[in-house]
Amino acid sequence: MTAVLSTTETLPQQPSFLRRLLANLSGVVGLVIVLLFLVVAVLGILGLTPYPSIEQHPRDRLQAPSATYLMGTDLFGRDVTSRVMEGAGNSLKVALLSVSLSSVVGITLGMIAGFVGGTVDNIIMRVMDIFFAFPALLLALVVVTVMGPGLTQTGLAIAVVYMPIFARVARGPVLAMKEREFVLAARCLGMNPARVLSRHIFPNTLAPLIVQISLALSWSLLTEAGLSFLGLGTQPPAASWGVMLSESRGIAEKAPWLLLFPGLAIMLGVMGFNLLGDGLRDILDPRMRGTR
Amino acid sequence: MLRYLLQRLLAALPTFIGISLLIFLAIRLIPGDAITATLGTEAGMLTPAQRESLRAYYGLDRPAPEQYVFWITEAVKGNLGFSIRHGKPVLELILERFPLTLELALFAVTIALTIGIPLGLLSAIYHNSIIDLLARLFALIGLSMPGFLVGTVIIFVLSVVFRTLPNSGNYVSFAEDPSKNIQQLFFPALTLGFAFSASVMRMTRSSMLEVLREDYVRTARSKGLPEGRVITRHALRNALIPVVTPIGIEMGYLLGGTFIVEQLFALPGLGRLVVNAISQREYALVQGAVLFVSFNFVIINIAVDLIYAAIDPRISYDRRA
Repeated sequence: MTAVLSTTETLPQQPSFLRRLLANLSGVVGLVIVLLFLVVAVLGILGLTPYPSIEQHPRDRLQAPSATYLMGTDLFGRDVTSRVMEGAGNSLKVALLSVSLSSVVGITLGMIAGFVGGTVDNIIMRVMDIFFAFPALLLALVVVTVMGPGLTQTGLAIAVVYMPIFARVARGPVLAMKEREFVLAARCLGMNPARVLSRHIFPNTLAPLIVQISLALSWSLLTEAGLSFLGLGTQPPAASWGVMLSESRGIAEKAPWLLLFPGLAIMLGVMGFNLLGDGLRDILDPRMRGTR
Repeated sequence: MLRYLLQRLLAALPTFIGISLLIFLAIRLIPGDAITATLGTEAGMLTPAQRESLRAYYGLDRPAPEQYVFWITEAVKGNLGFSIRHGKPVLELILERFPLTLELALFAVTIALTIGIPLGLLSAIYHNSIIDLLARLFALIGLSMPGFLVGTVIIFVLSVVFRTLPNSGNYVSFAEDPSKNIQQLFFPALTLGFAFSASVMRMTRSSMLEVLREDYVRTARSKGLPEGRVITRHALRNALIPVVTPIGIEMGYLLGGTFIVEQLFALPGLGRLVVNAISQREYALVQGAVLFVSFNFVIINIAVDLIYAAIDPRISYDRRA
């Protein structure tokens, strides 16, 4: 025991997680964009926008960006800045709903499958395989078909698509971890399996899951915008980046800002979560460093 | 190989059954009457007697398990139902629209590979140079721009700068007029292939970087082989092997991802058929088309495994080997 302690004492102390993230370019840029997105989204949810997002100004239709309307106005004279902010808020709501639901259900199922093994593992993973057998957007479309269009339904649709991915990502590390000495020791001590899973195994499988959560958030932004673009997600007059982009068709020639700002918002939002995911992967999985 | 193919098909059987069960249950979960779900908005015009006889005709008066067996048996025979709105059997409609979607997906893959592989290769060869940086920036932007955004931007640029619109209107099939068909499909395929080219670039780069560190590449170099030969004959061939699987899987996703692009460019493909069927509540069509696309997706995944085995000499699915 003494020998082990003395060995660990000589090891250089590893910098903190945040310090390592801040030293990673992708991570820093991603974190900054994500924080910016969160601030804008929360302001949008709280309604702290320059104008109410559905307020029409008939005299100011299709105004170019100016001091009064920072990102211009749309066909109904609604302020684009306020709508982009409300759109960010709606994207965040859908992202939080879908990712929290899919990660809780998916991770729980994946961990149970990996930990219990045998028939339970087979049943859970074969059911997940069925969900995998659908192209993602098609599955989201099926769910929206069943539940009807809307913000909550979009969140649930995305959750259904992402759940099997979380299950698969969670199962792998559990399989490797359950044979480790500290887990066997905990079980030999008679610890309740649920406690072994939550207290000993789960914290050690967090790395790939954190990366996956970041990527799931980015995919959720994309899918919400995509379904709304098709008219199956957020319903007008509520603002969504996808709805705004769809509404810009045909009038973007006269008012390019209607395409530019929601387009940039989607791109930056997705890019932010992707970069953060890449940065996290670099830190949490050193084998991947510099290969992308 | 044949034995492996049969094994894979057999193993896929439960997945096929699971998919069909899921679709069957999903359509039955739709709130409202099953006749409305089958016939769409047209059901509103039916008298109660017509409604009852239709329920009997479609087997809707029988218990759910029996309905499933009836539906799947008919589906296996090629009867996916009838679309009242189009006045045609669902399978016929699907087969009419599918070639366009398939062509679009193949065209998009071609564009993605033409851009992605050379870019990934250059990026790996000139690792950490300005070329690498630019290529990675391209990939980052490509992965952050969804198809509907790329497509909207393409349409905007074409209409503002070139005062023209891609296609739209009268779609012409490849058999009728190949040159016009390619012109019509180029921009939709570019839209679809853009993000995919970014992921191909990333995969090629990462795989190539790994291979360039291998001993056999070092050996080839130390033998004095010219760098171009080392890269094309030794590195690239091996680097591309692991890229095949994700490309194949992505091809399956492209088939399912053409919904938005077909809608955006007004192309009469399978994706547009499904999206319209959803908004018109024509669920027999949705059910049939979703079943068709997901079955294709599974088949493509099996095909990818077989191709992988064929091109990677290290893998043999023959037990005797």
